[in-house]
Amino acid sequence: MAYAIEMLGITKEFPGIKANDNVTLQVKKAEVHALLGENGAGKSTLMSVLFGLYQPEEGIIKVDGKEVKISDPNIANEYGIGMVHQHFKLVEDFTVTENIILGMEPKKSFSRLDINKAEKKVKELSEKYGLKVDPKAKVQDISVGMQQRVEILKMLYRNAEILIFDEPTAVLTPQEIQELIKIMKGLIKEEKTIILITHKLKEIKEVADRCTVLRRGKYIGTVDVESTTEEKMAEMMVGREVSFEVEKYEAKPKDVVLEIKDLVVKNNRNLDAVKKLNLKVHAGEILCVGGIDGNGQSELIEAITGLRKIESGTVLLNGEPIENESTRNITLKGIGHIPEDRQKYGLVLDFNLEQNMVLQNYFNEPFSKKGILNPGEIRKYSDKLIEEFDVRSGKGSLSETRGMSGGNQQKAIIAREIDRAPDLLIAAQPTRGLDVGAIEYIHKRLVEERDNGKAVLLVSLEMEEVLNLSDRIAVIYEGQIVGTVKADETNENELGLMMAGSKKGDTISDE
Amino acid sequence: MSKIKGFLANKKNHSFIIPIIAILLGFLFGSLIMVLSGLNPIDLFVSLVRAVTGIDISNIGTGKKIFNARYIGEYFVYVMPLVLTGLSAAFAFRTGLFNIGGEGQVVVGAFFATYVGLTFDLPGFLLLPAVILAGALGGALWGFIPGILKAKFNVSEVVVTIMLNYIGMYSTNYFLKQLPGSTNTKTAEIPQAGLLSSDFLAGITNNSRLHYGFIIVIIAVFIFWFVIEKTTFGYELKSVGYNPLASKYAGMKVERNAALSMTIAGAFAGLAGAILVSGTFGYGRVINSFENYGFDGLAVALIGNSTGLGTFLGALLFGALKAAQPIMQINRIPRDIAIIIISSIVVFIAMRNGIKMKLDKIKVKEVEK
Repeated sequence: MAYAIEMLGITKEFPGIKANDNVTLQVKKAEVHALLGENGAGKSTLMSVLFGLYQPEEGIIKVDGKEVKISDPNIANEYGIGMVHQHFKLVEDFTVTENIILGMEPKKSFSRLDINKAEKKVKELSEKYGLKVDPKAKVQDISVGMQQRVEILKMLYRNAEILIFDEPTAVLTPQEIQELIKIMKGLIKEEKTIILITHKLKEIKEVADRCTVLRRGKYIGTVDVESTTEEKMAEMMVGREVSFEVEKYEAKPKDVVLEIKDLVVKNNRNLDAVKKLNLKVHAGEILCVGGIDGNGQSELIEAITGLRKIESGTVLLNGEPIENESTRNITLKGIGHIPEDRQKYGLVLDFNLEQNMVLQNYFNEPFSKKGILNPGEIRKYSDKLIEEFDVRSGKGSLSETRGMSGGNQQKAIIAREIDRAPDLLIAAQPTRGLDVGAIEYIHKRLVEERDNGKAVLLVSLEMEEVLNLSDRIAVIYEGQIVGTVKADETNENELGLMMAGSKKGDTISDE
Repeated sequence: MSKIKGFLANKKNHSFIIPIIAILLGFLFGSLIMVLSGLNPIDLFVSLVRAVTGIDISNIGTGKKIFNARYIGEYFVYVMPLVLTGLSAAFAFRTGLFNIGGEGQVVVGAFFATYVGLTFDLPGFLLLPAVILAGALGGALWGFIPGILKAKFNVSEVVVTIMLNYIGMYSTNYFLKQLPGSTNTKTAEIPQAGLLSSDFLAGITNNSRLHYGFIIVIIAVFIFWFVIEKTTFGYELKSVGYNPLASKYAGMKVERNAALSMTIAGAFAGLAGAILVSGTFGYGRVINSFENYGFDGLAVALIGNSTGLGTFLGALLFGALKAAQPIMQINRIPRDIAIIIISSIVVFIAMRNGIKMKLDKIKVKEVEK
């Protein structure tokens, strides 16, 4: 059997770490080959090697059986290797066609752009592969799903035979995911080869033919997807058995902790991102604001926590108005906040771990007295949190935060925020980019907070997390809650339609 | 050999190994330039030793005078303002700000100190503290302006401080000339009660200009270290410097901290101005061009990695190269060599990450073995 791509014995080292250690990847022609692994398992490094961004210390790459040397991405393109990046690389102000032909424009005499010819070619391609796009629409006006199709067309326009998809479903609605799966299957029929980077087992099961698993830079194995279970693949990925279900009892909601009335918040472009939004969160429940990225979730959280100006409306915490109070005051009134970008907002990476552990209470006794820090108390407190929340790092309290793994960084933030015993815990995408083990732990901790009678406001883009972890789901669409449903009375399909704005959910009573 | 490697690879040691490597590379580069231009690099080191210790190695065995304490005194006269402007730059660095305005803060501080010294009719024991505090206040004012503009309107402090250097120098020149008894180049002498100069210190250093400013410098280094390392205010400043977004998230007042940091940085530079007036010269000077105390402070802070002690050591090195310049000229070495060495040390320090990468590689190899 001929392989379209063979990567044999690839070893790539970075100072202090072997990102790839003798990894083998063999991809057959016209198959969807999944590349599965936790964060930091070496998936991206391996693909960067294939795409010519890194040079491996050892190992060979073969394309169609011939050994090749890929020293930069242009050479990768010449061999027909194309990459659909997770974060699209499109010019927002350009039309679909202009984006697709960028860099390889068809020309008329005197180097004039032949836009008609280009549009025709784009149309042909889009019909051939079933990728519905409007060639004349501007990229900023089209949906995320269509933007992704533009990215795929860009590759096809450049005659790519092997397409690498980097976590392609992270930004899509369930309906768009189904569409993408159809597209992938169509591409395979046209003899294209696909490498799918992902950590979502369900999608692998649905679309991939074979799956290669990496763990901590090492090659674990390649399996036939049809004859393998999700549990088996998860075990290969993590190295132990994992449970997918979040264990929890029924919620016992009590008083309203957070009440939002007619909230209006503007985004950075000065447009209304949150439009007259209403929401109630009770003690003893996990309420999830579910929705597609960019529908006002971030602005909503920033407004509640005082990081963004509230235009109008009220926010009540335990019945007391907190709108446009300072962040410090809001924090002290009883809100814990696990921010969506842990490295940008949650931690000062150049501080060591203990300095980060007191980021929200360094100004309180016993950590400082009359403005003078008390290092002994800070150390004691930090050691306690590290122990209690199982934050693993080389040097305990003195570890460089920058060097810690994402999961442990997140655990440190969660420790800090939960230990302050806030009445309301806001968790914005608390498991983004984390591996299965860390996700399991964080979910457990959030449920524990709920059971302790705290209110938990969860923002999540992961459908599975939304359904498994929350008690109630408030679906946000274009800055408004379009419906609130009970997690155990809904399904992915209904939620997906609501998230896409095409179905208004019945708002169940919150009382 | 492996012991040395282990020492070099240990991250704990990097904070001082890296500047030392940079300094050695700077001297190496300077020596190379000297060799290429037909000079003997050893003369450079002879000059340096003489500038710092007062010992003239070339006179050993010739029967001429070997030791002159005056050099030591003058060396510290060079070093003292550099420590203060270094602390000024370092303080702003710590908050993620570039204080290019040390120059202006020094001259405004010097003017305030001169003004108080010449016009305030205070009892003797109060005049000196008033002169020193006035200097700090003047510098603080000149740091507050870019600080508040940054905080309120997000104006780049780099642009504002550079411009304020010129405004500061030319306007204080004008005001200095208006003071009673001023000539076109300097003001009248400040009364003895307002001076840091000391007959005792001059006496033990063969009539150098050495003065009690060193006490102020030592206190300043201590205050810097204490504020940055021991207080919640220092904790906030560092946090804002490293990550303003996370600081905001944690409820810190990022803008207010920026304004405060610039003000305090200005106060350090203003102190340098004060000790120049009340210690080194004893009068206010009308200067035609910048004397580079502020700019050199940036380099000193860089060498010292923006810590209190590091900045002090950086100033000792910088001061040595500055103090050596006149001696080098006597030995027929162009003083440009000293400037080349200073500049190349700063360049090598700026290449800190590159040196760090090389040191990290040593570690990787060690692990393999």
